[in-house]
Amino acid sequence: MRANTALMQKADAPAPASAYVSRAAPGRLSAGGNVKVGETETDWAALVIRVRDHGDTQAFAALFRHFAPRVKAFLMKSGAGAALAEECAQDVMATLWQKAHLFDPARASVATWVFTIARNRRIDALRKARRPEPEDLPWGPEPEPDQADALGLAQDTRRLGEALARLPEKQRALIERAYFGELSHTEIAAETGLPLGTIKSRIRLALDRLRQSMT
Amino acid sequence: MTIRHHLTDALLMAYSAGQLPEAFALVAATHISLCDECRARLSAYDAVGGTLIEGCAPAAMDETSLTATLARLTGAGAPARPRRPERPAPGLFPAPLRDYVGGDLAAVKWRPVGLGVRQAILPTAPGGVARLLYIPAGRAVPDHGHRGTELTLVLQGAFRDASDRFGPGDLEVADQGVEHTPVAETGADCICLAATDAPLRFKSLLPRLARPFLRM
Repeated sequence: MRANTALMQKADAPAPASAYVSRAAPGRLSAGGNVKVGETETDWAALVIRVRDHGDTQAFAALFRHFAPRVKAFLMKSGAGAALAEECAQDVMATLWQKAHLFDPARASVATWVFTIARNRRIDALRKARRPEPEDLPWGPEPEPDQADALGLAQDTRRLGEALARLPEKQRALIERAYFGELSHTEIAAETGLPLGTIKSRIRLALDRLRQSMT
Repeated sequence: MTIRHHLTDALLMAYSAGQLPEAFALVAATHISLCDECRARLSAYDAVGGTLIEGCAPAAMDETSLTATLARLTGAGAPARPRRPERPAPGLFPAPLRDYVGGDLAAVKWRPVGLGVRQAILPTAPGGVARLLYIPAGRAVPDHGHRGTELTLVLQGAFRDASDRFGPGDLEVADQGVEHTPVAETGADCICLAATDAPLRFKSLLPRLARPFLRM
């Protein structure tokens, strides 16, 4: 896996100065500037699995310390006052505990999953509207978790973070404004300049496998 | 179900960002329930949101925040264990639409709007109107243009307009200025979920008179 990662990144590329890439110890980059999966990053997905399977409060505390302050910041950027953002961030983390069994690392990173929970909480708290959600997947027998899918998605997600960090300031600001709720749907332009196709294709394959296991 | 007409990138991104009016979000959620391609595309936009959350400079939490949250959760022991979502009961409507209708097709409270066409307005927040439309096979929906955007998702049957054919699962996105006359194909009656974010604009006198009834 690590060899793969190294191949995917240019050896002479500068260390991605990205705040968008989750990393437990930002200083521990290898000499070439490559971020190595599993060495410098906390495996958030594994922590969610520990919460799911064992009600592991230490794993939850680690997730809380990382994500709760970011969720709170996200909600404040979206227009919530500090007190409401604090309350909602706690709710979001509580939902992570309660719905841990719905987390599928082949279809979303923990940050992505947390984002969807925070977004829904925001719609509920700030807009007082319902959010219709697509029909749940999967139903039927529990599919085998696919490690390769999950690792591949984690890599794609990291590359997305790096690409976001490399975007021209103006373009990145536009994406942030869309997701922080500052743009109406008619103002949102879909051209992001981000490598979304690879993530889409990988998730599409994971969905196809899931569908097969459901029939 | 072969779906040929999908959500646009802009609509998917707005749905992911949580910025669609509820009526549009209902159409998006219903289409995505039927369309794994759009489900995967949505996940990619959600990943952008995840990346942005990851990049947010952490805000200070209350000192008691973690203990308070844990106290809320651990009283009940380990997380409620996986009840996987139940297989949806067979029917025409995907789960999000059933939620708004309060059941499947049989639960719809149709109102006639003339020429055999029926509709049912679904309860959504201001900023858009969502309606189910029942168009008898071979019938036309009155010619209309839009001030805003109109989304039309086919659930049963098919319709054609000047641009193309739309079958089950297909979503037509008609933007401002599009004048079209959708005609239901012969064969099965056509049932659609439609949403507008601004009132429709009819060209002829009669439909304009019908507007108060259509609430368009």
